[in-house]
Amino acid sequence: MSVIVFVEHDEGRIKKSSREAVCYASAIDAGDVIALVCGNAEPKEMELLGQNGADRVLHATESRLDHGDIQAYASVISQAMDNENADIVILAKSSVSDAVAARTAIKSNASFATNVTELPNTSDGFMVKRSIFTGNAFAWVKLLKAKKIIGISKNAVAYKEEGGSAEVSDFSPVLNESDFNSTVTGRDKATGVVLLPEAEIIVSGGRGLKGPENWGMIEDLAEALGAATGCSKPVSDLEWRPHREHVGQTGVKVSPNLYIAVGISGAIQHLAGVNSSKVIVVINKDPEAPFFNAADYGVVGDAFEVVPKLTDAVKAMRD
Amino acid sequence: MKILVCITHVPDTTSRIAFTDGDTKFDTNGVQYIIGPYEDYAIARAIELKESHGAAVTVVNVGGAETEPTIRKALAIGADDAIRINADPEDSFFVATQIANVAKDGDYDLILMGRESIDFNGGVVHGMVGELLGIPSVSPVMKLDIDGNVSKIAREIEGGKEFIELKMPFVAGCQEPIAEWKIPNMRGIMTARSKPLNVVDPVDSEHPDKLVKFELPPPKGTIKMIDPGQMDELVSLLKNEAKVL
Repeated sequence: MSVIVFVEHDEGRIKKSSREAVCYASAIDAGDVIALVCGNAEPKEMELLGQNGADRVLHATESRLDHGDIQAYASVISQAMDNENADIVILAKSSVSDAVAARTAIKSNASFATNVTELPNTSDGFMVKRSIFTGNAFAWVKLLKAKKIIGISKNAVAYKEEGGSAEVSDFSPVLNESDFNSTVTGRDKATGVVLLPEAEIIVSGGRGLKGPENWGMIEDLAEALGAATGCSKPVSDLEWRPHREHVGQTGVKVSPNLYIAVGISGAIQHLAGVNSSKVIVVINKDPEAPFFNAADYGVVGDAFEVVPKLTDAVKAMRD
Repeated sequence: MKILVCITHVPDTTSRIAFTDGDTKFDTNGVQYIIGPYEDYAIARAIELKESHGAAVTVVNVGGAETEPTIRKALAIGADDAIRINADPEDSFFVATQIANVAKDGDYDLILMGRESIDFNGGVVHGMVGELLGIPSVSPVMKLDIDGNVSKIAREIEGGKEFIELKMPFVAGCQEPIAEWKIPNMRGIMTARSKPLNVVDPVDSEHPDKLVKFELPPPKGTIKMIDPGQMDELVSLLKNEAKVL
């Protein structure tokens, strides 16, 4: 018996969320943990998956997998499940993994749950807890098939780094032309910034900041905290900030340890995107702003005065 | 060109989420139902493609008779006809099986849907339908243009966008800003009443998972207010009390 983890990397570096998925697989304790990596990842990075609990790493090296097609990744996982006699596959939520897992579930005749927030309960069958209604509720779902695919949310398991390195072996699945259907013609990606889905701390700004020219203080606070910057929907609709920063129901859903909202009133659609944050701080000059009802700490005050003071206080603490 | 748009019938985004029957059923009391916001984008893009390239747009929904007003709204926005698969959308696999069954004989060039439903947030039906039909699937799609039989797509990735090209047919899970939402006008609402809405029976399907019960998140504790002049205190609380710094 073994558990396969589909591990993603970004320009060769293993994603933190995928390391978390390896931790999850290790914590399930259902056999050997095999990390499956597709395409051109750094060898050292793959070995270090051992620290997260991987017993072995399978590396599908074929160059066509560098800009892999969802269908090709699903074929790779499905064949790895057969070869390794694996009944469970773990994936961390990403713009690729849900679709890959969906196709693998069909190919391998598996039960599949996404947005799983904690370890399974196996006292009576195999039950997982899923986040539903955009973080406003949970569903306990029994996975009935022998094979199971689990897509996990951020913080579904305690992160650990211990132990040694894992042995990496090449894996050469049989791939057909029909597995490769799309051509990636380019990418437009933020560089040198903390990305929202992986951020531990997020500083978000809303319309209360009055204009894009005032985002400097948000960026200053984010920099002092090592945080990602986010924004509300109106701010992205007005194109004050790029769409990738839009946090909310129809934007990015986040679950950082700390979410600081500045000048955001807290419409229900915004709250839906942040309600799985561990701690929420709201800074707003309107004491009636609905966001205060969802916050752990609140400051009623003018953002233009409060935010620079907060940045100074953070810097003083860091020194 | 033939486009199939798959829609969900889901609680309004402002709905109070509560459960009944020992936390095994969603409490529909006082809840307004809408077309899922992501599917609103899918329909809007389908109608734009109909206007620019010429297309027949069919909407499909898996649901009971109570979903017909939602389906009629999609017709009022501009879809030509609709199919309602008469069954509860119990799980993603079941829904995908039903949609694939309707789609397989329909010769659709594009199958559009939302990136995910806003009730169960699965985000898996497009991948499953693609796999069941043996065609590509792509999501979340922010831009979709058609040039001959090739589609040029911008897909959201972590921290940005990826541009891809692929041949039709394929399945796409849509999100903003692929199109501007369309609001039905009076003429649309009138003509929607006479557009065909065909009700079909579901095909047999397995249920690979079973919902056992729902759970609400624990209530939020009381908020601690900090004086705007005391940002040192806030930082100290975040560090020592909340332990997030």
